Amino acid sequence: MTSLTPAQFVRLVSAREINTRLRTKGFAIGTALMLVAIAGYIALVHLISGSSATVGLTSPVASLRPPLQSVASASGKKIETVAVAPADASAGASKVRAGELDALVVGSPDDFTVVVKRQLTGDLRTVFTVLARQQALNRQILALGGEPAQVDATVAAATVNTVALESGSGQYTQRLVLGVMAGGLIYIALVLYGQGLAQSVVEEKSSRVVELLLSTLRPYQLMAGKVLGIGTVGLLQFLILGVAGLAAALADGVLTIDVGAAAGMLAWAVVWYLLGFFLYALLFAAGGALVSRQEDIGAVVSPLLVLIIIPFGIGLLTVPTNPNSTLVAVLSLVPLFAPMLMPMRLGAASVSGLEAAVAVALTVVLLVLLVRVTGRIYANAVLRTGARTRLRDALRPA
Amino acid sequence: MGLEFDRVSKRYGRTVALDDLSFEVAVGEVFGFVGPNGAGKTTAMRIALGVLAADSGVVRWEGTPLTLDVRRRVGYMPEERGLYPKMKVRDQLVYFARLHGMTDGAARRAVEDWTQRLGVADRAGDDLQKLSLGNQQRVQLAAALVHDPVILVLDEPFSGLDPVAVDLMSDVLRGQARAGVTVLFSSHHLDLVERLCDRVGIVSAGRLVACGTVTDLRGTGPVRYVVDVPDAPPGWAHRLPAVKVLSTSGSRAELELAPGADEQAVLRAALAAGRVTQFAPELPSLNELFRHVMREAA
Repeated sequence: MTSLTPAQFVRLVSAREINTRLRTKGFAIGTALMLVAIAGYIALVHLISGSSATVGLTSPVASLRPPLQSVASASGKKIETVAVAPADASAGASKVRAGELDALVVGSPDDFTVVVKRQLTGDLRTVFTVLARQQALNRQILALGGEPAQVDATVAAATVNTVALESGSGQYTQRLVLGVMAGGLIYIALVLYGQGLAQSVVEEKSSRVVELLLSTLRPYQLMAGKVLGIGTVGLLQFLILGVAGLAAALADGVLTIDVGAAAGMLAWAVVWYLLGFFLYALLFAAGGALVSRQEDIGAVVSPLLVLIIIPFGIGLLTVPTNPNSTLVAVLSLVPLFAPMLMPMRLGAASVSGLEAAVAVALTVVLLVLLVRVTGRIYANAVLRTGARTRLRDALRPA
Repeated sequence: MGLEFDRVSKRYGRTVALDDLSFEVAVGEVFGFVGPNGAGKTTAMRIALGVLAADSGVVRWEGTPLTLDVRRRVGYMPEERGLYPKMKVRDQLVYFARLHGMTDGAARRAVEDWTQRLGVADRAGDDLQKLSLGNQQRVQLAAALVHDPVILVLDEPFSGLDPVAVDLMSDVLRGQARAGVTVLFSSHHLDLVERLCDRVGIVSAGRLVACGTVTDLRGTGPVRYVVDVPDAPPGWAHRLPAVKVLSTSGSRAELELAPGADEQAVLRAALAAGRVTQFAPELPSLNELFRHVMREAA
């Protein structure tokens, strides 16, 4: 037997936390559920932005295919066309009824009718309205002795001239969504693993195993091991979700920003997850040490949860609509708020290097301070059983 | 040398838990720690384990204060048992062995060995909470022994044990002491303490009020005789000086002699009263000694 160094004690404790947590059903199920939620979100975005409509064309109106496609692509709508034989017009109608076709075009090119299940909706209505007007226009051009194809070519060549005041505006929304998602993931991780840590501290108190533990190692070593162990499990889950989500969104094409930018955002999210987790974990560990029974845990955990919910709520309500809000800009520098607000702002707005550095520095300063204070609370309170230990008593020097 | 408590004091606010408590447990000795609830036994043990800090005084092992380094070689069973309810028996025993400085391989071998010896090997893969209370106690004992300690500090190791487990625990304690382990344990089961311990310490209100072998302690207690004089008139013994009649049943009387009283004088008086069929010293049990000491201390 050899004497263990403090680092070895911390490693033993954190290894136990990691092993027991990774083996629980909760971890696997929780991660799987969150992956499903992310996949569902990506599918939803895909559905909304990129869905195409299927339109059946009977043979008399087959010549409408090229103008229909050109109108559709000009208005940003994807349309697939399917040829339907005239004898099958009734069969085509039943396909519309069955939902296989979104619309069926019958009649003649000059006077066509669109058969739909209930109504011609949104984008498709626009496309067909424009098509009908174009056909009418073509007839007028012919009647006036003009050449419709020539006019069409001239018209088609005309485009809107735009001037973008900010670059990458197409990716702006994506970055915004990514930022909010990063903030959301950090929020979920803080709530889940912060509470998990407090529960684990109370479990050791209520089962009295802490007395046996503290006959071999010092309180700060136990606390550090627990915080690092649970933080590692949280980081693992965070990375699984972050990498899988980004990879899926990039592969699917929902996300079109370049991989480097996505990785950069993920890296910042990891930095803020770590800073945020340690900040809150210290508070959760000290809070857990103040109570002796699982039933009393709510009293110490709820104030901390409120502290987490407030910045997340402010971010969620403000950043998407007003990313350059001064309130959010100021709050994102405040240590306990920064871990959720900074990632959101990083996505939506340009955060200057100075701002990022100040936010990190302030958080680290608070972290150092909290290590001392919470370490003392934990050491003083973790062996006291019975009624909830008053904070004032726990802060007294041992 | 051995394990030495040197003038250890501890107060909780105005309550004095330990008041200059001093005693020694020799190497390889089984020392029984008895006293009423709240006398300070648990406080003394927790101070020895470093779970609690003493206000003054020191606990030494072989002359040097008990540091964390020495405590690695102490096996501890807290009064309020404590293990992880939702952790597998083997995993947590290995964990505790490793916290005491064993390598993973040595820890696994020791856990295998002790779960076998304590009869819980077949439950080693189960969560602790699935075991019966009796088996949980065995695992708790294994947790105190698994790192091959040189000192055992057991707080109420017999409480809550069924008779089979009591025998097992007794055998283990004796076996450990034979192997040179120094054992300090507290108990309210005075008959067990009497049977197992080389020496006994009685604490009351944070002070050691008596300490020694059970035989030594008996010498300090009251001297009692059972005397049977069938033909004697009732109440013959009541008039004897320095003698208290504790009880009579038929012609038999239980007498307690005042310290220093001459038992030969009592015998002569009995013979004078009639035919004596029994005149036997009654050795007080530790139970009676304990009550006596507590009365004296109060």
